[in-house]
Amino acid sequence: MELSLATRTIAEHTVLEVGGEVDVYTAPRLRERLVELIDGGAPHVIVDLNRVDFLDSTGLGVLVGAHKKLRNTGRTFALACDKEPLLKIFRITALDQVFPLYPSVKAATEATGPQA
Amino acid sequence: MSTVRLAFTPAPVHVRTARLVGVAVARRAGVAEELLDEVRLAIGEACTRAVALHRQYGLSDLVTVEMSDEEQYTVRVIDRAPIEAGLGIAALPPDELTNEWLPGDQLAVGVGFALLAGFVDDLQVRPVDEGIGTVVRMVWPVDR
Repeated sequence: MELSLATRTIAEHTVLEVGGEVDVYTAPRLRERLVELIDGGAPHVIVDLNRVDFLDSTGLGVLVGAHKKLRNTGRTFALACDKEPLLKIFRITALDQVFPLYPSVKAATEATGPQA
Repeated sequence: MSTVRLAFTPAPVHVRTARLVGVAVARRAGVAEELLDEVRLAIGEACTRAVALHRQYGLSDLVTVEMSDEEQYTVRVIDRAPIEAGLGIAALPPDELTNEWLPGDQLAVGVGFALLAGFVDDLQVRPVDEGIGTVVRMVWPVDR
């Protein structure tokens, strides 16, 4: 399934909904979109992975890059993910200790940003 | 025993094809359904690594994927990059994956190797028998 990207705003949070496959072919598009959001000044970014069917190391690298860039400028980055196959990837790579991971966008918005 | 061999131009767009074929052959070979996600991810990571090496060295040689179902399901992903580059994937210790100063590309390579090692119990990386290159060999059990 091709990569799909959709952006919406919840209060001060920018939510990027990702669907389909994130791999070495499609990850550059995800990187471009995240860079647009970050350079556009989004203060709190949440990437919703709950419609992602496949995620590889290239996609993980893109997410790490966005996380670093936001953190270095005093902003927040969080992931919404409740899919066990994806969560296993985060555990195996120990990246579950790096990313703020929440099961849903609602949980992520409640835990991050100005109200947190 | 039967073998399926796939060879593709080292371009990212073809990695997905290799994953799809690899899973289809695994299913037909009798690999358990609950392992197929891991097969898909591991073949994808091995092919991504091969494509990256070919592009890094400007090689137009095809990346080869061989799938056979002798007593187990065995997948070999073969690249033609210099051997020191091929073995370099093991250079990054897992505890450095979270190093915040690690450059993005290096992190992706390290994460890719961590995923291969984490998802494949029987994993071997060694030089090709003839010529230049590396074979990533992955084995999964089959139910017969």
